[in-house]
Amino acid sequence: MDLAFTKEEQAFREEVRQFFRDNVPPDTRRKMVEGRHLSKDEMVTWWRILNKKGWGVSHWPKQYGGTGWTSVQHYIFNEELQSYPAPQPLAFGVSMVGPVIYTFGNEEQKKQYLPRIANVDDWWCQGFSEPGSGSDLASLRTKAERKGDKWIINGQKTWTTLAQHADMIFCLCRTDNNAKKQMGISFIVFSMKSKGVTVRPIQTIDGGHEVNEVFFDNVEVPVENLIGEENKGWDYAKFLLGNERTGIARVGVSKERLRRIRDLAGKVESSGKPIIQDPAFREKLAACEIELKALELTQLRVVADEGKHGKGKPNPASSVLKIKGSEIQQTTTELLMEVIGPFAAPYDVHGDDGSNEAMDWTAQIAPSYFNNRKVSIYGGSNEIQRNIIAKAVLGL
Amino acid sequence: MDFDLNEEQRLLKESIDGLLSDSYDFEQRKKYMKEKGGWSKAVWLKLAEQGLLGLPFAEADGGFGGGGVETMIVMEALGKALVLEPYLATVVIGGGFLRHAGSDAQKAAHVPAIIDGSKTLAFAQLEKNSRYDLFDVSTTAKKKGDGWVIDGEKFVVLNGENADTLVVTARTKGERRDKTGIGVFLVPANAKGVAKKSYPTQDGLHAADITFTGVEVGADAALGNPDDSLALIERVVDEARVALCAEAVGLMDESLKTTVEYIKTRKQFGVAIGSFQSLQHRASDMFVAAEQARSMSMFATMAGDFENPKERSNAIAAAKVQIGKSLKFVGQQAIQLHGGIGMTMEAKIGHYFKRLTMIENTFGDTDYHQRRVADAGGLI
Repeated sequence: MDLAFTKEEQAFREEVRQFFRDNVPPDTRRKMVEGRHLSKDEMVTWWRILNKKGWGVSHWPKQYGGTGWTSVQHYIFNEELQSYPAPQPLAFGVSMVGPVIYTFGNEEQKKQYLPRIANVDDWWCQGFSEPGSGSDLASLRTKAERKGDKWIINGQKTWTTLAQHADMIFCLCRTDNNAKKQMGISFIVFSMKSKGVTVRPIQTIDGGHEVNEVFFDNVEVPVENLIGEENKGWDYAKFLLGNERTGIARVGVSKERLRRIRDLAGKVESSGKPIIQDPAFREKLAACEIELKALELTQLRVVADEGKHGKGKPNPASSVLKIKGSEIQQTTTELLMEVIGPFAAPYDVHGDDGSNEAMDWTAQIAPSYFNNRKVSIYGGSNEIQRNIIAKAVLGL
Repeated sequence: MDFDLNEEQRLLKESIDGLLSDSYDFEQRKKYMKEKGGWSKAVWLKLAEQGLLGLPFAEADGGFGGGGVETMIVMEALGKALVLEPYLATVVIGGGFLRHAGSDAQKAAHVPAIIDGSKTLAFAQLEKNSRYDLFDVSTTAKKKGDGWVIDGEKFVVLNGENADTLVVTARTKGERRDKTGIGVFLVPANAKGVAKKSYPTQDGLHAADITFTGVEVGADAALGNPDDSLALIERVVDEARVALCAEAVGLMDESLKTTVEYIKTRKQFGVAIGSFQSLQHRASDMFVAAEQARSMSMFATMAGDFENPKERSNAIAAAKVQIGKSLKFVGQQAIQLHGGIGMTMEAKIGHYFKRLTMIENTFGDTDYHQRRVADAGGLI
């Protein structure tokens, strides 16, 4: 047992950190620190810088543009990226559809899509959830019917994150109504510019516009846009969801936020002195930092295990990371709310698309608190994660 | 970055797990509790035979030169089996003082007898009003000729009833809460002026309140610098905290395992109660709490080697906080999921719960350590 990173790993951390210092546009970083939303341009600009460096799709196999890093290097890269902070690569392309395509897609599809994902030439969104299919995803009803050399797609998706920016969607569609519900689903990709696709924004409680409803009305998609085999889509979806393991804890994000809380709590006064001097607040903050340290160690245990024994099957430890990671992220936003107290109240009626710089940045703290309620809901709600632990670990 | 045991450590784990699975089931434990002092001399000698009592001592002193990881392995196993024998008091704490501060003569007088199982120790530290502050010492050690005269009262001294030698903290200079002027003394348990009131503790161990009245010891009784040993005490108690974290992890593992087995077999409404989602989620939360505790136990184990004592103490305090929170949740929910049977002395789960509960209040509880971490500027 050894907690230390090797010399090479420490040097790698320094290299990554230096690259971020030199290359993340300062405005992008500032907006992230202040919890503001970034414009599409700001995100894409940064991702292309990352891709040019060869780090855009770092965990992909080398032949498709990956880095060949060890699992510890991936961990370091993610932690530095999250805590710098800079935007993480667009998960829908890089972590979700990309791996499905290079694992289950044909050569033609790999050639067509992978480089464009890496360079964010296409912005991808995820067509999984439906109004009637949340945690029970396999009950989805969006239909794809084969007519000649086309799929005809009808139905509705929801919670489609940043679909307003998207060029492409990967979509779970029902292709066999008679099979058991998991067996009749196919994984189909198509252009969001296709005729019959309508995107309607959903405004969330923070006032922001991140998610959307997407409607399909007789959308025609070429048959070759099916990924893998027909009716095997559920397997690919499970593969895709199990792929994201250690990043899900978002330790770096919480670290960055805790640093910010400490910084602010040294400036904002309560009862005539900085709130960091209030023992009750200070202990709450310490409690959160300790929880985060435990989570970081749990994550490192998973990373070290993967490094040694390979990724193998989805590790139930990822459910622990999801549950604790989301709880801690939520606690950090609560602590930020507590620090600014009554100044959490002002609401910016324009919302925040990154343009309203006149707005006091503290106005983002309450929205961030409201917005972060989502982290225990998405990606398999924490209740679903508890079901997974009960079944897969405890054998209940 | 590596959380696996090496080959030797794996063998050590196999060996102690094997020994305890042969000689320490719940029924056997009940018998040991009835023996003199409340633990089994025969088991103690088996631990000695396998070299476990000599594990952390240097090879030059007749030990095996084991480090923090080796102690973690042993303590986890002892926790899992709910062992009564005084490993913490004798090997971790008493042995810790000898390893870090013992002179050659002191080591020669005590270490071989610890290693062969013929001698046990106890740490007389807690005082009526000191609570968790290690520097809060009223017991005095006054110079007399070459030696010392010790006067004072110590409470809840684990293994105090049986120990052959007491390791006593006493003030040689200054006022009650001064951080200097504190020494550590080796006192024979049968010395004149030592009076013991022994009792069982809530978790089935044994402790004693001990009064020292004009107890005379020689110059060679002082371990390290008699005027300035707080750093030594902090170091050894930190090691004891790390060991308790590992013991708690073993206790939590077994509590969770026992509870999951129980809800798989207990039937109500015609089905195993483990098929109910509310119970499944509770058990999952217990698993999460136990994993977080395991991570921090490993962290504390490795922090034991940190060069900087402040960083070491802060990391170990943080671990004790996580373990305290986890053990309370796992222990309480283990009883809840067992239902009525969990309330009985006859079921083993309650005994695990009680040992876990006592660990929280040993060498600083959750609030105490949380405050320490907060006062040290946090953990980021």
